[in-house]
Amino acid sequence: MSGADVKPGRLTQEQIAANFADMHPPLTPSEAIIDADRCYFCYDAPCTTACPTGIDIPGFIQKIRSGNLKGSAHTILSENIMGGMCARVCPTEVLCEQACVRNTHEDRPVRIGLLQRHATDAVVRDNTQLFQRAPATGRTVAIVGGGPAGLSCAHRLAMLGHHAIVFEPKDKPGGLNEYGIAAYKTLDDFAAREVEYILGIGGIEMRAGTALGRHISLRELREQYDAVFLGFGLAGVNGLGLEHEQLEGVANAVDYIAELRQAPDKAKLPVGRRVVVIGGGMTAIDIAVQSKALGAAEVTMVYRRGQEQMKASRYEQEFAQTRGVNLRCWSRPRRLLVDGARVRGVEFESTSTPGETYTLDADVVFKAIGQKVSWERLAGTGELLEIREARIAVDEERRTSLSGVWAGGDCVYGGEDLTVSAVQDGKLAALSIDRFLRGA
Amino acid sequence: MADLTTTFLGIKSPNPFWLASAPPTDKAYNVNRAFEAGWGGAVWKTLGEDPPIVNVNGPRYGAMHGNDRRVLGFNNIELITDRPLGVNLQEIRQIKRDWPDRALIVSVMLPMNEASWAKYVPMIEDTGADGLELNFGCPHGMSERGMGSAVGQVPEYIQQCAAWCKQFARVPVIVKLTPNITNILPAARAAMAGGADAVSLINTLNSIMRVDYDALTIYPATDGMGSHGGYCGPAVKPIALHMVAEIARARDTARLPISGIGGITDWRDAVDFLALGATTVQVCTAAMVYGFKIIDDLVDGLSNYLDSKGFSSVHELVRKAVPSVTDWQYLNLNHVDKAYIDQDLCIQCGRCYIACEDTSHQAISATQNGKRHFEVIDAECVGCNLCVSVCPIEGCITMRPMTGGVDPRTGRAITRDKSDWTTHPNNPGRKTASDA
Repeated sequence: MSGADVKPGRLTQEQIAANFADMHPPLTPSEAIIDADRCYFCYDAPCTTACPTGIDIPGFIQKIRSGNLKGSAHTILSENIMGGMCARVCPTEVLCEQACVRNTHEDRPVRIGLLQRHATDAVVRDNTQLFQRAPATGRTVAIVGGGPAGLSCAHRLAMLGHHAIVFEPKDKPGGLNEYGIAAYKTLDDFAAREVEYILGIGGIEMRAGTALGRHISLRELREQYDAVFLGFGLAGVNGLGLEHEQLEGVANAVDYIAELRQAPDKAKLPVGRRVVVIGGGMTAIDIAVQSKALGAAEVTMVYRRGQEQMKASRYEQEFAQTRGVNLRCWSRPRRLLVDGARVRGVEFESTSTPGETYTLDADVVFKAIGQKVSWERLAGTGELLEIREARIAVDEERRTSLSGVWAGGDCVYGGEDLTVSAVQDGKLAALSIDRFLRGA
Repeated sequence: MADLTTTFLGIKSPNPFWLASAPPTDKAYNVNRAFEAGWGGAVWKTLGEDPPIVNVNGPRYGAMHGNDRRVLGFNNIELITDRPLGVNLQEIRQIKRDWPDRALIVSVMLPMNEASWAKYVPMIEDTGADGLELNFGCPHGMSERGMGSAVGQVPEYIQQCAAWCKQFARVPVIVKLTPNITNILPAARAAMAGGADAVSLINTLNSIMRVDYDALTIYPATDGMGSHGGYCGPAVKPIALHMVAEIARARDTARLPISGIGGITDWRDAVDFLALGATTVQVCTAAMVYGFKIIDDLVDGLSNYLDSKGFSSVHELVRKAVPSVTDWQYLNLNHVDKAYIDQDLCIQCGRCYIACEDTSHQAISATQNGKRHFEVIDAECVGCNLCVSVCPIEGCITMRPMTGGVDPRTGRAITRDKSDWTTHPNNPGRKTASDA
């Protein structure tokens, strides 16, 4: 270990439980009514326009107010089958809640995200199926990736009477909902229960542990099924391009976030005393906050540009800061400092004053500078997808350049790398696939 | 500081706020607390003959809630006092002795026979109370026994009972009117004819709050059954104001003193009643919902308001708005208002737009240069005030009178000349020059 301080159990079980408590606890029924009462029921509501899935937000809020929770859940889930997860992880502060007209005079929007959670929690918990399948069409669609895009596509196809087979490389379906979201954003097994809810409609076959490029190929899928939807996300991680990146102590943030989500006992996870996170997006925030929550003494997030340019919203940045994370901007890593076989720090160079450098000691360095499509999955099949800026190019119906192949979620160009956008992609693709299969 | 002292029928109170005859004035304990809090007067909960009536042992009250469970409307099936007459009389005597500067009126409800009035009126007067209020208003329970609103709905009965009471009373007599009629004026005139010194109004309105959505029975219910109750609270204020104003502006009843009742919650509600003809106001629901402490704002708010208007006493406010109340046929049809949206205050909710578009005159546009923007189309606006009513932001939409030029909707020039329905060419019964 040569001096590196990385160990589990920095905090007691109680401290860890408190640090990983629900980031936004659910509203009580009275709180929900009071907040629902604040909704003005706007015409052509700006919140709905701001929602990537176009949920009729005033409509579902009015149903909360009237005590029609089941109808409220139906309004939400009919546009966004992952409305429960999106209620937890959507950056509402830059979407629906930013658009709320209440901001104009009082800077206090209706808490749409929490209301959405209030409306959807019961149906997911009780597995109350709100949608029926149309008569079977006899058509089968292959879906690559069991994340938000794939599951949304599968559910809409199932509603429309088609059969969907979902090929998921990991053991559990759910994609980033299961493996990629900070533990304090969705507690317990909600992601798994939501997947169960989605599959509950019937007509969706889940083939976990089946990877594209290893067990199946795009060519086979195109030959064997009536249509194909690609929603395999970003399985590759961007590297720093520095020497010693493979040494102990340098890790991918996404891997550790997944480990954390799956860990039955977080107190047993090793965590560094001094942690440096390189990146300025949501993944960087998540790993920084969670490192702190596990007991790291000093966590510093370093970003090459300014706070304004960070992909993480101002709200998320402030959240990280209140949790004790240091933010340093306008710096890029120049050198990994090594002590024997492991990292001991990072030398940064200022991007605003070139030539100026400083060093941060680190027991652990997390890379969180973005993910990329893992193209090797498609290699050698001769199936040529049009690519745009390293992602799959799609049209407004989420059709790729290959006939009979649709794509959505993080792997396509033009998305916002949000769960809610992936759900919308899957929904739009399913509607397009349905028109295609019906010859419309 | 304006003087809030009020004199009503010669009865003085330090402010015009009396507690209405209702549960808050059923016992010395409550009335004591009210006077300690600063209430100007109280009308003791209605006394009846011994043996006292009984109440149900299930729910007496039901509420209609608005946002945040604010009570907008309130209903009750409680009857008159259920305590022995002797206990009430003794407590009234003590309260009047302890609080000589407060107005203490006793509400009374008796059967339709002279003997009852002859027997009980002197007993009540003997307590030293400042006046009597005749409950001809309760629409539930007592009305089934030929009292309360059963009297108030028949002008001849009002007159008869008022006359009996006046025959045996030396203190002023106020007749409390029921709103469960089609026209308040015959009842008010009957009270006058019977010799009443004043009227108070309104009592509660017949009502059923709702059903129980699980049991599918009336709600609230006692052992699965319920009965209509008396409705009050902020929701009934406009009905009360109309009735008060009708009495205040009718030539033959205009001089009849009025104690206004109905949904008064803050000082502005009191201003409504006073300006429309009441001299004192009575409060019940607001006290039952928030407690007696609301008197602080009632007194303070009214005092500050009077100061801001340059009035030195409450009496200067009384009847101030009465001359502005008229019949529809006399409204100036040449006057043209247009709605105006203050873009700096607008929060872009679009409620004015959808209300006008769906249910009125399509006089608001929703976009400008492809952007969300709400603006009144003067060529379509009829000045109906719907947008003002639905806008969630106070003062954002206002009605502005046209003072010159041409109304773009009708193409007619704006004139200062007044013209109303009585002379309008579309009126088959219009007055012509020859009628004059």
